[in-house]
Amino acid sequence: MLFIDAYIYSPFAELPMQTKRMTYPGRFLPYALLAPQVIVTLIFFIWPAGQALYQSLLREDAFGLKTTFVGLENFARLFRDGSYLNSLSVTAVFAIGTTLLSMTVALLMASTVNRMIRSRSTYTTLLVWPYAIAPALAGVLWWFIFNPSIGIVPYMLEMVGYRWNHRNSGSDAMLLVIFAAAWKQISYNFLFFLAGLQSIPQSLIEAASIDGASPTKRFWTIIFPLLTPTTFFLLVVNVVYAMFDTFAIIHATTAGGPAQATNILVYKVYADGFVGLNLGSSAAQSVILMVIVVALTMIQFRFIERRVNY
Amino acid sequence: MASITLEGLKKTYSGDVHAVKGINLQIEDGEFVVLVGPSGCGKSTLLRMVAGLETITEGTLKIGDRVVNKLEPAERDIAMVFQNYALYPHMTVYNNLAYGLKNRGFNKEDIEKRVRIAAKMLEIEEFLERKPRKLSGGQRQRVAMGRALVRDPAAFLFDEPLSNLDAKLRVQMRVEIKQLQRRLKTTSLYVTHDQLEAMTLGDRLVVLNAGQIEQVGTPMEIYARPASMFVAGFIGSPAMNMLPVDYLNEQGANGLLDNLPDGTDVVGIRPDDMHLAPPTAPHLIVDSTLALFEAAGAESHLYVTLADSDQPTVIRVSGQPPVAEGETLRFFVTRDALHPFNSATGKRTGD
Amino acid sequence: MVENRPWANLIAHIVLISGVALVVFPVYVAIIASTHSLSGLLQGTLPLLPGGHGIENYTRMWQSGVSNAGAPPAALMLWNSFIMAMAITVGKLSISLLSAFAIVYFRFRFRMFFFWVIFVTLMLPVEVRIIPTFQVVADLKMLNSFAGLSIPLIASATATFLFRQFFMTIPEEMLEAARVDGAGPLKFFKDILMPLSVTNIAALFVIMFIYGWNQYLWPLIITTDPDYYTIVMGIQRMTSEENPQWQLVMAAVVMAALPPVLVILFMQRLFVKGLTETEK
Repeated sequence: MLFIDAYIYSPFAELPMQTKRMTYPGRFLPYALLAPQVIVTLIFFIWPAGQALYQSLLREDAFGLKTTFVGLENFARLFRDGSYLNSLSVTAVFAIGTTLLSMTVALLMASTVNRMIRSRSTYTTLLVWPYAIAPALAGVLWWFIFNPSIGIVPYMLEMVGYRWNHRNSGSDAMLLVIFAAAWKQISYNFLFFLAGLQSIPQSLIEAASIDGASPTKRFWTIIFPLLTPTTFFLLVVNVVYAMFDTFAIIHATTAGGPAQATNILVYKVYADGFVGLNLGSSAAQSVILMVIVVALTMIQFRFIERRVNY
Repeated sequence: MASITLEGLKKTYSGDVHAVKGINLQIEDGEFVVLVGPSGCGKSTLLRMVAGLETITEGTLKIGDRVVNKLEPAERDIAMVFQNYALYPHMTVYNNLAYGLKNRGFNKEDIEKRVRIAAKMLEIEEFLERKPRKLSGGQRQRVAMGRALVRDPAAFLFDEPLSNLDAKLRVQMRVEIKQLQRRLKTTSLYVTHDQLEAMTLGDRLVVLNAGQIEQVGTPMEIYARPASMFVAGFIGSPAMNMLPVDYLNEQGANGLLDNLPDGTDVVGIRPDDMHLAPPTAPHLIVDSTLALFEAAGAESHLYVTLADSDQPTVIRVSGQPPVAEGETLRFFVTRDALHPFNSATGKRTGD
Repeated sequence: MVENRPWANLIAHIVLISGVALVVFPVYVAIIASTHSLSGLLQGTLPLLPGGHGIENYTRMWQSGVSNAGAPPAALMLWNSFIMAMAITVGKLSISLLSAFAIVYFRFRFRMFFFWVIFVTLMLPVEVRIIPTFQVVADLKMLNSFAGLSIPLIASATATFLFRQFFMTIPEEMLEAARVDGAGPLKFFKDILMPLSVTNIAALFVIMFIYGWNQYLWPLIITTDPDYYTIVMGIQRMTSEENPQWQLVMAAVVMAALPPVLVILFMQRLFVKGLTETEK
């Protein structure tokens, strides 16, 4: 069903080669049709990416008057820079935390909903709509809930003796952004897990039941392994989400703080470049992020298309 | 109306795949010619080359007096009926029929007139406002034909149009297509892999194999004198039995096989030319054992194994003869029912 | 499953209801908060029931915004968001359809090259090229404009690939019959391909509208004129104050979240289809 259908992936497998059996002859028309997309891509994607690459090899002096070519110096500096290394680890923690939390809750919801018949569509509707909420808004909402002075959660936490303050405590801040980011992604993961679960043939589960497996055993030995394609796919997507789409959450809440505790890579690019005006370093960070995206995208294409046949 | 002339037509795909290896064919104005052959023989490719849906690698194609090699399908004045009907799912039947005419600039009244005439001929008037998904297979096929009809083209091209219909419908549609063509007298080129369809529909048959013509002729010509073992085995059902001459001589042929044309080492015998009662004319006698008795209603197929040979053979008789499986069976073949072939070349020997 | 375990069903419902509650909770809080006065909120404990200041808050946010925090009236920001979202959606859909058509139905030189150029955009999210793209837009004098808000975002490849995939599933005979019927490429595109693509277009419309509406980083960077602020980024400006007026913030949040949520609710079927088919 849906994306697990190998059919969807086969176009990517023989990616560019296929056209229709019969095509229109055309000298001028195909170029005209492609022009809008290609032009916008060249101007707003390729050229800036090239610029970023080039700028990552430059360094401005303190007064912004002279720029020199420094080769890979900017990159080397980054890896010696404590705050960049911190950013790397912060991003890792954030990505893993968000992914784990979001996927676990989603899987729990999906497998429970899958058992339902009549109430399935109601629950699905109720669980799907948060996808529509912008990450920025999710951030603001959770920030409000966790607001040390007027938020409801610190109020309740105080009753058990914990003083929450994400303005001071780095770990509190990290928890806050993880909650906000995970909350938003639950819908997405839920939808895909549900689709994956529904594509598992009922006959397999019935056979397992006849073979004497309890529901828990059935889940862990039959259902979960068969969900591996979905799980793997979602892992990659969630990591990409956590690394890139969550800029808004950070910016609207902790602004990378306190003391760099939530300064994820994509936020640092913005902070160093736009605010700190360190263009060379920011460009170098952009390039590194680009490499990461490329790697993740390639993993996604390679592995996901391959394991569809089982 | 027009004739279609194929001169040395070849189609080669990249990678050196020779789908069509040089076809010469002259189709007269108003003729119904059937291209028949097994899967992969190139018949569909050839049809599509005539239609303009495949490019022609070599050779000349003429429709009427025009050389049309480089012309777009729409410019060749042909209409095509596809195997999968290719109806536009989002348009009503009326619009499906009208689309080609609209593109050619016909005015509304003309379109209306033509569509109604075609719909009447094909008995689909009541469906004109429906969409294809609400029609049955047979109805869709008629709409597909209607689309060709309204164009009143120089030639109709049919690409296995009946393959997707159930057996009963196929027979019915076969009859209708033939009657329609007789009435309209439009030159028609029809592709099928079904030899019965070919036999019943065509004024002339073109038997194709591996990109080449094996034989061209009227259905009866091809049935009575197949030019090669391939044609002999392809046309006629059950297929012609091929018996080695040596074997028959060993079994005692009474000298009947002595004046076969030079080079004959195999003779073909049609299942219906094998009789259970001795005929008056000079004949061969062959012994066999009945392996399987297939009662097919008005006739029966007797699958026998020949004496001293493990060659499977089929006999076709009318009615149900009183024979039982496992019994020995003797059958008789007259001299003139033998089709002489040379197994090395595969061709018919003699004239 | 024929197993009859009524208590398992009960647990399932409990789990699901908790999940729904978890998911709904923040928005519920926002709605409640938007109906109280500021002082009511600052008391230190958040009330869990609606207050009486709803109309007042929403009207104020709608009409006058929080100008000292740099947030224009919500009405203006919502309108800007709408224009931006529609521009992005319509733009993306149009150019993707055209490009997919070209790639699938034509053979021409450099076809592969163009294909890869388009493909590359999948690997360049805006966050990764933020500063140079900003420079380009500034150089083209597109800052503080709807063109600047939308055009740099319309060329990503997901829609193009989805349409390509879909076009590949259309039977060959459809094109052949159309060609025999005298339809040139543009006629084919208009008369046959477009009507057949309607469901896909609608499904993508939902996804792209949400994507466009929720844009944050890009509008944040290229608009300095409050007349062009969009609602999602505008809210951030309100919270960056020393003491934000939370009741107004929450009112704005509710207003900002409403359109995409409504779109999803009303077009859920299409949304699911679009989501699961665009993700590679």
